[in-house]
Amino acid sequence: MGFELLLKGNNLGRLFGGLAVALKISLLSVCISLILGTVLGSLMNDRHPLIKGVLRGYLEIVRLMPQLVLLFLAYFGTTRVLGINISAETASVFVFSFWGTAEMSDLVRGALSGIPAAQYESSMALGLNDVQTLVFVILPQIIRRMLPLSINLITRMIKTTSLIMMIGIVEVLKVGQQIIEANRKIDPNAAFGIYFTVFVLYFAVCWPISKLSKYLEKKWEA
Amino acid sequence: MDEILNIRGISKKYEDLVVLDHLDLRVRSGEVVVIVGPSGCGKSTFLRCINALEKVDDGEVILDGKVIDPQDKHLSKVREKIGMVFQSYELFPHKTVLQNLVLAPVRVKKMNRKEAEKEALRLLERVGLLSKKNNYPRQLSGGQKQRVAIVRALMMNPEILLLDEITAALDPEMVREVLEVVLDLAKEGRTMIIVTHELPFAKAVADRVVFIDGGRIIEEGEPKDFFEHPKTERLRKFLHSFTYE
Ligand SMILES: Nc1ncnc2c1ncn2[C@@H]1O[C@H](COP(=O)(O)OP(=O)(O)OP(=O)(O)O)[C@@H](O)[C@H]1O
Ligand SMILES: [Mg+2]
Repeated sequence: MGFELLLKGNNLGRLFGGLAVALKISLLSVCISLILGTVLGSLMNDRHPLIKGVLRGYLEIVRLMPQLVLLFLAYFGTTRVLGINISAETASVFVFSFWGTAEMSDLVRGALSGIPAAQYESSMALGLNDVQTLVFVILPQIIRRMLPLSINLITRMIKTTSLIMMIGIVEVLKVGQQIIEANRKIDPNAAFGIYFTVFVLYFAVCWPISKLSKYLEKKWEA
Repeated sequence: MDEILNIRGISKKYEDLVVLDHLDLRVRSGEVVVIVGPSGCGKSTFLRCINALEKVDDGEVILDGKVIDPQDKHLSKVREKIGMVFQSYELFPHKTVLQNLVLAPVRVKKMNRKEAEKEALRLLERVGLLSKKNNYPRQLSGGQKQRVAIVRALMMNPEILLLDEITAALDPEMVREVLEVVLDLAKEGRTMIIVTHELPFAKAVADRVVFIDGGRIIEEGEPKDFFEHPKTERLRKFLHSFTYE
């Protein structure tokens, strides 16, 4: 059924290698998204209608656009039109960050706007200054609201990295395909075993992350 | 008795809406001043101007002989001395009762944590909530939350306490447990400015009652005179709106 192929040559190692590529791209993108998303998210509550409008527009576009289209646009589009040659990995990190920043900024915006003005006021009325209010009162609440949701975004990103093989990156799913292809003659039914293994690998990564998010949500439910 | 607070001619506008129109109020040490007035007359705004949560357009607030400057970098030093309790409690949801209580003393007053906790437990016992010390705010009833909020303000040992309709969000059966704490504080000689719609409570707790309408003080007096012999037509009307006959 294909499982025996895992032990053939370095096949299992290659699958892990593919997984590592996917994880590298998603983790890098998550980090960038976290930072940029926090900045943009705090700006989204800005009183300035232009900033607000632009950011809302950005979020809508990213939400409506299939990630695959963005990937093609960033990878094939830029090389042809702009004449710049970016690697497929750079293009992927760019697209995933573009997407993640939008989602993350909306999470930050939501978390911030969910904190009543009176929380700031009651803290200041106690004599805490601006920085203390932020550090001891506001940020802990924001993090508690956001962490479960951003973890959820991380798992979505990891899953979506399966698309990057479409621009030529050899990640875990692609490695799986290659193994199946290479053994077509000797083991025509290899697809099940290999894809199942890929599934198990994704699951092994995403399940603990999702469990962590559930755990935090429970611990912090307000 | 010496004067703690002197409010001189403060005015506040929101765009075209004049909310406070040259209000004066002096508060002596140990005095309990109750403010009443129709909804939207500016009572909350008045309290918020005292600790500079709201900036006044005109006039000044003098605490202990010193003008409170809203631009002051060390405004928090002044706010320490003015306790405030809000209608919606505003406990910090991510902290337990005890953590809520010791945050400001430890971070602002640099009080030793052990000592702050000891004081917190003493005050919690006094308001009958010692058993709730490790609970989160969401696990408390409204009345319990409000008693914790009062204790949190007391932890800073403020010179004056501002209470803004602290029972307005409570179910009727919880109002009493909160007001009794306030009555207790009054007996102890705490200086307070209390905004409330609970007129019988106002009568019981106040040294002086002030009626605000249209951003101005219309009438003020000792509770007995104030409630039984109102001098102005506006106050008569206001008091009448609380009776059913
Ligand atoms: N930030 C603000 N911007 C604009 N208008 C405001 C603002 N805050 C208060 N107001 C207005 O100022 C007036 C006074 O408000 P305030 O909250 O002080 O009244 P209040 O006497 O406390 O009323 P209530 O008894 O309902 O609590 C109201 O008409 C209110 O709509
Ligand atoms: Mg009010």
